[in-house]
Amino acid sequence: MRTADVLRFARDAAAGYPLRTALSVLAMAIGVAAVVVLTSLGDGARRYVVEQFSALGSNLVIVLPGRSATGGFSPANAVTTTPRDLTVDDAAALIRLPAVRRVAPVVAGNSEINANGRLRETVVAGTVASYRDIRSFKMAQGTFLPEADWNRGALVAVIGAKIQEEIFAGRPAVGELIRLGDRRLRIVGVLKSVGQGLGMNTDELVFVPVSVAQSLFNTHTLFRVLVEARSRDDLEAVKREVTALLKARHGGEEDVTVITQDAVLATFDKLLRALTAAVAGIAAISLAVAGILVMNVMLVAVTQRTAEIGLLKALGARGATIRDAFLAEAAMISLAGALTGYGLGLFGAFVLRQMYPVFPAYPPDWAVIAALATALGTGLLFGIMPARRAARLDPVQALMKH
Amino acid sequence: MAVIELAGIERIFHLGDSVVHALTHLDVGIEAGEYVAIMGPSGSGKSTLLNLLGLLDRPDAGSYRLEGRDVTTLSPDEQAAVRSQRIGFVFQSFHLVPRLTAAENIGLPMMLAGIPAAERARRVTQALKDFGLDQRADHRPDQLSGGQRQRVAIARATIMQPAVLLADEPTGNLDRATGEDVIHLLEVLNQRGMTLIVVTHDPKIGTRARRQLLMEDGELRHDSAAVHLRSVDDNPPGPLSGKGGDDVSPAAPALGERSAPSSTA
Repeated sequence: MRTADVLRFARDAAAGYPLRTALSVLAMAIGVAAVVVLTSLGDGARRYVVEQFSALGSNLVIVLPGRSATGGFSPANAVTTTPRDLTVDDAAALIRLPAVRRVAPVVAGNSEINANGRLRETVVAGTVASYRDIRSFKMAQGTFLPEADWNRGALVAVIGAKIQEEIFAGRPAVGELIRLGDRRLRIVGVLKSVGQGLGMNTDELVFVPVSVAQSLFNTHTLFRVLVEARSRDDLEAVKREVTALLKARHGGEEDVTVITQDAVLATFDKLLRALTAAVAGIAAISLAVAGILVMNVMLVAVTQRTAEIGLLKALGARGATIRDAFLAEAAMISLAGALTGYGLGLFGAFVLRQMYPVFPAYPPDWAVIAALATALGTGLLFGIMPARRAARLDPVQALMKH
Repeated sequence: MAVIELAGIERIFHLGDSVVHALTHLDVGIEAGEYVAIMGPSGSGKSTLLNLLGLLDRPDAGSYRLEGRDVTTLSPDEQAAVRSQRIGFVFQSFHLVPRLTAAENIGLPMMLAGIPAAERARRVTQALKDFGLDQRADHRPDQLSGGQRQRVAIARATIMQPAVLLADEPTGNLDRATGEDVIHLLEVLNQRGMTLIVVTHDPKIGTRARRQLLMEDGELRHDSAAVHLRSVDDNPPGPLSGKGGDDVSPAAPALGERSAPSSTA
């Protein structure tokens, strides 16, 4: 029997029992749709987290003063007991490194902000203009800190959205004067609200030029230096270069700690990928159930069409031909189910995206391929037994059934 | 030439503890172009014999030569090929595939044999015309009368131009007039040279055959050929009977619907 004829025969046979075929297609479709939607959710969660980290600057290398190593006693430790300051000049030197795109020194401390007749405790961050680009901040009003000599900052400040609301009750704050400790500063900008960003609420910060903060807190050392690499691939190079340069500037002593966010991100990524795979696995159980249903349907088909199988044998059909016809029927039901389910799953993911626009609920390619392959595979696998049963039927017995 | 030679055929069924000898010591030879009726009460082994002849069943002992070739030792696939090419079946209950049209049912053996679709269509069209079914080509079995269904079944059985046509109670599900038509149709095919073997318990139909095999308890009780073979001229072959059993080139009117009231819906 020609392949085209086998396929046509199987198609007509499946179409000959529309309700039964439709139900098994539906079962298979639900299984595939479940895999597609659930992996969309899982992978969407992973992408959401990765995007949040990226917003923070995933190309970021952070330099902290002091050695956090559990070093034990090295000759260097014996000679100097206190680490050198991490200074603005150190930070400025980092800009010249080839793999570095931006650098922002940060000084942090607590102070009181006094303006508009109100007073509150606040965290003051002293930094430079490039900080805004590194953290991808958006301005609600005005501008961020002006580009200027890092050692001679103007007496200006940028405030977070919550500070504006509490001190100025939501009125435009640009141009207003505030008092920070014993300094009077003019507000040049208000940040757009970004909410909680990994432990530090930017909305409650006041940004001032780094030199202003240093004199405010009477310190020379920096709290952090944020270094942005040119690309993700440059992260390791940046880490190495920064460490080497600062070691050289600090008289050969490695008294800073350089960390990347990459490690944290990788852990999250791995965790959520595992979660997605687990969810996909659970959904795949429904595919196995659908496969068993296809087997059941095919067994019923063999019983129902026993006389027909006997007839086909009498007309000269080989066992293999009958087996192929039933296998093709099972494969068609599975394929139809898989494609319908894929469509349903994509629609489900689309609905999810409409409901939660921030959530990138797209099914990962591997899950779609795995779901379709599993659907077809289980359909065929569970189709083998009924098909073999059909092929082995004794024609005399089969013809007697009517 | 003997188209069928059975020698020492035994067929034994085990039903629980008891052993049933469905066929014992069967030696029969059937010449090409013969018209044979296998008769006998139910349980006499006539259906078992027909199944053996149709290669749907295997004997427990003995040899079966079809057109000079021992077919009992063939593999299942080889037997399927012989069924496809050399044997045509007509059943009491028609055994048409309900979801296929008359034309598709007739074309089914050619489809199973892997004949190209264009060739199939040509031969099905011819067969529909020969059997007076050209108005019924797109009807499904449930839209056909009993007589039409059996004619579709006979067209299907002969579409591969087999050497032997096996009919198992072909009129059993038909009224008398329609049954007459079907038998007449089979006889016309036989007159064209096709070997016809009919199993029946109806003496009226059985006696129309030129040769009767009477079965009883799995044994051949009576073979009218023992008489006929001595005087072959008693029953001269029909005017259309050719020498080549394969060469069925039917003349349309003879195979068509013989009389108007034959179709009983």
